[in-house]
Amino acid sequence: MNPVLKLLIDGGSLTTSQMAKVAGLTEAEVNQQLEQLKKEKIFLGWRPVLDLSHEAAAAGAVRGVIEVRITPERGGGFNRLADRISRFDEVESCYLMSGGYDLLVFVKGGSLQKVASFVSEKLSTIEGVLSTSTHFMLRCYKEQGFLLDGGEAQSARLDIAP
Amino acid sequence: MSTDPKKWVAGHVAALPKSGIRDFFELVAKLKGQGVISLGVGEPDFVTPWHIREAAIFALERGKTYYTSNLGLIELRRAISTYVEEHFAVSYRPDDQIIVTVGVSEALDLACRAFINPGDKVMFHQPCYVSYHPSVALAHGNAIAVPTFAKDNFALTAEALRAAWQPGAKMLMLNLPCNPTGGTCDRAQLEAIAKFCIEKDLLVLTDEIYSELTFDGSHTSIASLPGMANRTVFLHGFSKAFAMTGWRIGYACGPAPLIDAMMKVHQYSMLCASIIAQEAALEALKHGWDSVLKMREQYHRRRDLVVRRFNEIGLTCHSPRGSFYAFPNVATTGLSEKDFAVGLLEKEKVAVVPGLAFGENGRGHVRACFATSYEQLIEACDRMERFVQSGQR
Repeated sequence: MNPVLKLLIDGGSLTTSQMAKVAGLTEAEVNQQLEQLKKEKIFLGWRPVLDLSHEAAAAGAVRGVIEVRITPERGGGFNRLADRISRFDEVESCYLMSGGYDLLVFVKGGSLQKVASFVSEKLSTIEGVLSTSTHFMLRCYKEQGFLLDGGEAQSARLDIAP
Repeated sequence: MSTDPKKWVAGHVAALPKSGIRDFFELVAKLKGQGVISLGVGEPDFVTPWHIREAAIFALERGKTYYTSNLGLIELRRAISTYVEEHFAVSYRPDDQIIVTVGVSEALDLACRAFINPGDKVMFHQPCYVSYHPSVALAHGNAIAVPTFAKDNFALTAEALRAAWQPGAKMLMLNLPCNPTGGTCDRAQLEAIAKFCIEKDLLVLTDEIYSELTFDGSHTSIASLPGMANRTVFLHGFSKAFAMTGWRIGYACGPAPLIDAMMKVHQYSMLCASIIAQEAALEALKHGWDSVLKMREQYHRRRDLVVRRFNEIGLTCHSPRGSFYAFPNVATTGLSEKDFAVGLLEKEKVAVVPGLAFGENGRGHVRACFATSYEQLIEACDRMERFVQSGQR
């Protein structure tokens, strides 16, 4: 596997210069490989992981998850509608699911009302959307692999041990 | 009459030197809070995987707070038997050929106390883990060091063994892959050692605690070689592969009469290993292999990083085939291993362990543990480079 991709997957939060040292490449080579991965649309971009329980990080945003049932179309299945829904700025992530509904849509809005009106005015009125079920997130315990509260205790390893 | 309490300390204990690691520990402790990066640890930086910790919590919730059989929980011994057969190609009966101990350290102590008569000669390779020599001495045996060398990647050779052998030698202690060198033996080297052990009728005590952390090639246990199972006691545990150092859980497998002898000492001293730790160990064997592979991959990449950097800096370093230790040669700096370690600690705040702590053959080397984050390793190597290049040393 491409060593830079490997480090993106499980290298924690290394900077490109640290990745270079770990992989035994120059920083320019790492950047070159990142560009190549971008071209291949494997690596899409960097995003910070924030603890949204801090007001400063949440910036007043409200987050919701919407279960959406849609009508599959001949020739394209769910793709056209899923793509159309994904294009809204309010939508952060959109997944096709197995089970009781078709799409799981993660949305973000400036207020509860804004998310609600996105659902009622934009999402549910799209032709082919059969139903929506909206859940608002109350509290986050783990965000993209990071435990928010009560993570591991600070390491108390001895400095020198046999 | 003297009232100095020292007079009550047994002679062979009083004569035992304190571990060289202890002195260095004190030195590092003085610099607490000054941004020291320690490559001096001897344990994983990973926390025990959650599913293992959760199994221990569940065991407590179900009220598992009692003693277990002296040999350990039978379910755990069955799981150990299956694991050892699958990973080391040697079969042991759960009923009478396996004993669960308080870490491999206890298993080592039990073996020494159960097998060594006063004055018996015991061979061990050196540099080696700090407690080998003292364990033999505490059992009133005579330890014979067999040197291993950087030119052999610190693998033990049958030639060195033959050269060090003395008439009457009874036992050979192996630790492959080795703490502190990361050296290990391939199958052909082990076959030569096995042949020598059969020729000289040696009992073998093989501590393979780092076997899962073998990076190049596959690990072979000497116990699996023809004619060896009946003269070998195999020691293993959960500390390194499953990141469970603090749980203190290990085991010994071997011929029933030898395990029975170890059990006698164990039942009158430790009685049994903690049941909570045994339950956690059972979970580790049942579902922990994916975590082991993930951790091994991380250690492998870290090894490549530090070995490459040490050699770039000018500290000749063989590539350790296993464990999470690099053992670079610092003689090129013109400093002794102790002066190097102390200078590096004081000037650049990086802690490594002087090789002499692991025996005379560790002279000229330091042990650097790479079980720490990439960020810390990169920074530690940069500081070491500065130290080596600076005129201040």
